[in-house]
Amino acid sequence: MIELKETKEINVAEIIDSVKSDYCGAIDVFIGTVRDNPTGNKVTKLFFESYTPMAISELEKIANSVKEKYQADKVSIVHAIGDCLVGEIAVVIAVSTPHRKASFDGCQYAINTLKETVPIWKKEYFEDGSHWVFSHP
Amino acid sequence: MKILLFGIAKDIIGGNILDWELSQSEQTSSQLLEELKVKYPELSKLRSIALAVNGEHADGTEKVTSNDEVALIPPMSGG
Repeated sequence: MIELKETKEINVAEIIDSVKSDYCGAIDVFIGTVRDNPTGNKVTKLFFESYTPMAISELEKIANSVKEKYQADKVSIVHAIGDCLVGEIAVVIAVSTPHRKASFDGCQYAINTLKETVPIWKKEYFEDGSHWVFSHP
Repeated sequence: MKILLFGIAKDIIGGNILDWELSQSEQTSSQLLEELKVKYPELSKLRSIALAVNGEHADGTEKVTSNDEVALIPPMSGG
């Protein structure tokens, strides 16, 4: 399952179900959530924008890499698009593998690679303004 | 040709799509990116700026014509 959808439409149980496999003894799930800034500027919301067809194809590449590199049977990645409030889900990654180590490693590889290669952009909104994350050095 | 804009590139250039006249009927993606940076110097101040050609990250060597789908890719920040 590779999808971009509104955060309120993201169903973690459904994503976990989508990677269940009789050949796998491990499912590792990563959930990225929106956090407030503990110091200084209070985060009011995040906004995610994507170059959708390319984002889907890059997510599919990541899922295929996890299957090749970590012998994963199934990989699902669902990323939020649009507004996300503090506490809401930004991304869910689920990986099933025969044994646990590969599922941990594959999940970590997936989120790290997603941040580098998938054309999704995050805008942080504060009480006194907003900015596109990581844009400037 | 039309160049798709996202994130901070939209703020710098204005709008979702840039109408752009290629300086040659065929040029490399790195030449095109350099010309965009000349026209919009703010792009050079970003942590990174790159192009995607037909939905793939460009490495600079791709030949670009007005039939290709080109997008400006500012620093990505998913997750």
